[in-house]
Amino acid sequence: MTRIDAKFAQLRSENRKAFVSYVMAGDPSYEVSRDIVLGLPGAGVDVIELGLPFTDPMADGGTIQLAGQRALAQGMTLEKTLNIARELRATGDETPIVLMGYYNPIYSRGVDRFLTEAKEAGIDGLIVVDLPPEEDDELCIPAQAAGLNFIRLATPTTDDERLPAVLTNTSGFVYYVSITGITGAAAPEPSDVAPEVARIKAATDLPVIVGFGIRTPDMAKGIAEIADGAVVGSAIVSEIADGKSVDEVLAFVKSLADGAHSA
Amino acid sequence: MPDDLINSFMTGPDEKGRFGDFGGRFVSETLMPLILELEKQYEHAKTDETFWAEMHDLWTHYVGRPSPLYFAERLTEHLGGAKIYLKRDELNHTGAHKINNVLGQIILARRMGKTRIIAETGAGQHGVATATVCAKFGLKCVVYMGAHDVERQAPNVFRMRLLGAEVIPVTSGRGTLKDAMNDALRDWVTNVRDTFYCIGTVAGPHPYPAMVRDFQAIIGQEAKEQMMAAEGRLPDTIIAAIGGGSNAMGLFFPFLDDKEVNIIGVEAGGKGVNAKMEHCASLTGGRPGVLHGNRTYLLQDDDGQILEGYSISAGLDYPGIGPEHSWLHEIGRAKYVSITDVEALEAFQLCCQQEGIIPALEPSHAMAHVMKIAPELPKDHIICMNMCGRGDKDIFTVARALDFDMSGPEGRSVE
Repeated sequence: MTRIDAKFAQLRSENRKAFVSYVMAGDPSYEVSRDIVLGLPGAGVDVIELGLPFTDPMADGGTIQLAGQRALAQGMTLEKTLNIARELRATGDETPIVLMGYYNPIYSRGVDRFLTEAKEAGIDGLIVVDLPPEEDDELCIPAQAAGLNFIRLATPTTDDERLPAVLTNTSGFVYYVSITGITGAAAPEPSDVAPEVARIKAATDLPVIVGFGIRTPDMAKGIAEIADGAVVGSAIVSEIADGKSVDEVLAFVKSLADGAHSA
Repeated sequence: MPDDLINSFMTGPDEKGRFGDFGGRFVSETLMPLILELEKQYEHAKTDETFWAEMHDLWTHYVGRPSPLYFAERLTEHLGGAKIYLKRDELNHTGAHKINNVLGQIILARRMGKTRIIAETGAGQHGVATATVCAKFGLKCVVYMGAHDVERQAPNVFRMRLLGAEVIPVTSGRGTLKDAMNDALRDWVTNVRDTFYCIGTVAGPHPYPAMVRDFQAIIGQEAKEQMMAAEGRLPDTIIAAIGGGSNAMGLFFPFLDDKEVNIIGVEAGGKGVNAKMEHCASLTGGRPGVLHGNRTYLLQDDDGQILEGYSISAGLDYPGIGPEHSWLHEIGRAKYVSITDVEALEAFQLCCQQEGIIPALEPSHAMAHVMKIAPELPKDHIICMNMCGRGDKDIFTVARALDFDMSGPEGRSVE
C-alpha cells in the first residue's frame, strides 16, 4: 500500500473529497518552490503533484510551459526536483507526492536508476503524460514493480472500447482530464463531466480525480461534488507567475482546498 | 518465414510502430484514439487501389511527376570522378518534395471526413504545400510556424496567406520548428473531432513515420526505374539531405534491399558538430530520447532537456530525426555524415554555376557531400542525389551569408 492508497482510504473513511494541487518544481526558484511544497499539507492539500520541468511540454498550456522554462532557466534538474520531495519527507510529512511530467528526462536518467532514486526520495506515484498504455513496458510496469503508483489520464476521447486498456496497469487513482485540450485552457462543466466520471467509476474501484481548467474554489467544489476529488494546477502556477509571496500562494491553495473539501 | 522476408530492411515498422528500438507512440491519452484511428484508415487506404489511383492522378497532373532524373554533366566533369545524377524533385509544384506527402495525407483526411487541416512548418515549404492542397480541395488550413521563422521566411508566409491559410506565429518555447510542432499537437488535442494533423516529415507518433515515408517513396521508385532506363543498372551511391528526413527516406526506402547500393544521409553540421551544439546533426551529435511521439536520436542535454539546433537552412533546423533513420544508422544500412554551413554555401554556388540550377539550402548539404566524395571515385561510379527543393526561398539568406547587398540598384559583392 502506497501513501496514495492510504490517503484515499482515509478520505473515504472520513467521507471526504480529495484536493490535489500541482506546482512546478523550481518555479520561480528552487527555494521558493520548496517553501510552497512544504506549506501545501498545511493548506489542506491531500495529494501533491510535483511538476518535473521539460522543454517541450506538449500537453500543457502556456502557463505551465512558462513555469517549466522559468525553472529550467534557474538550473532546475531531475535531481533537484527529487530533492524537494526529500526535503518534505525530512519534515516527517506523509502527504503523497506524485511526480508529473514527460518521459524524456526520466528515460535520459535511465528507468531503473530513476525508479530507485524516486522511491528513495519519497515519491509515491508517477504521471507521465506521453506514456499511453501502448508503451506500458517502458516505465509503467517497472514503476509498479518498484512500488510506485502509475497514474493514468483518462480523457473524453477514451471511449468504452478503450477504457479497459487505460485502466489496466493503473494504480493509485485515475486522473480524468475534463476537456479535450491542454492544461489551463477551457473550463469544464460539472454537468458534462458527471456522466464521464460515472462511466469510469463503473469500470474501476480506483478513486477518480478530475482536473484541467479548474480555477476557483467554487469550481473545485462543483467538480469535487461529482468525483472523488479535484486537481488545480495552472491557476496556482499563475499566482506564482504573478510574483505572489509563498504565504499568498498558500492562502490561495487553502481557499481551493476548502472549496473541494466543502463538497 | 522465407529468407528473403527475414533479410529485408523494408518490413518495418512492427505492430508497435517500432523500427528496432526507435519510433513508437509516445503521445497523451487524448491523442491516442486519434492515432489508432489514423493507423486503421491508413492501413486500409494503403491497399486500396482507388486511393493510389487518385494519388497518381494528382501526382501527374497537379504536381508534375515523375520528376526528371538528370545527368549533371558539367558538374561531373568539374569534379572529375563519379558520374552524378540529380533527382529533380525541386521541379514539383510548390518547389520541393513536400507536396508528395501532403497530397497523400489530405486525400486520407478527406476520406476520414475531416474538414480542418493543421500543419507545422519550419522554412515554410511544408506549410506552403499544405496550404496549396487545402486550397485545391477547399479545406480550412491552419499552419503553425515559429515566430523566428515567420520573420526570416516572409515570402513563404505571404504565399501561405495568399493560398487562404491562417499562419499562426508560435512564440512559446523559443519560437522554432519544434515549438511549432508542440503547438500543432496542442491544437490537435483541443480540436480532436474535425481536425487532421498533416505532419511534414517522417517523425511523430506511429503511423506518421511509415505513412510519410510511403508517400515520399515515389521519389526512390521513380529514380530506380529512371536509372535502369538511363544506365541499365542501379546507382552505386544515393545521397540526400536530412532534417527530419522525409526526402531522404523517400529516396532511400525503395533501395534498402539493394545491398550493393551505398546509402548516405547528410545532416546539417551548422557551425560544426561541437560541444556548443551549433548544429542539427542528431545522429552525429545526439543520443536516443523521446520527443514528439517517437523515440529517436535527439539533441539534448545531460538531463534530457531538448536543445535547439542551429543551421543556416531553416528546413534542417530540427533537434530530432525520423526514427527509421535512427534505426538504419544503428544497424549500419545507411551512413550519416554532416556538412557545415560554409560547405553548403559553396555547393549552392557551384550548382548554380555548373548546372544552372539554384538549389535550396537543404539539398546544398547533400551536394556538398557529393563534392567531397565524387573526385575520389572512379568514373564508372554512379551517384544519385536528391535535389529535393529549389532555392528561390533561400536567396535572401544566401545573399546575407555572402555579404551581398540586394537593396542597391546593381547590388554589391564583397569581392
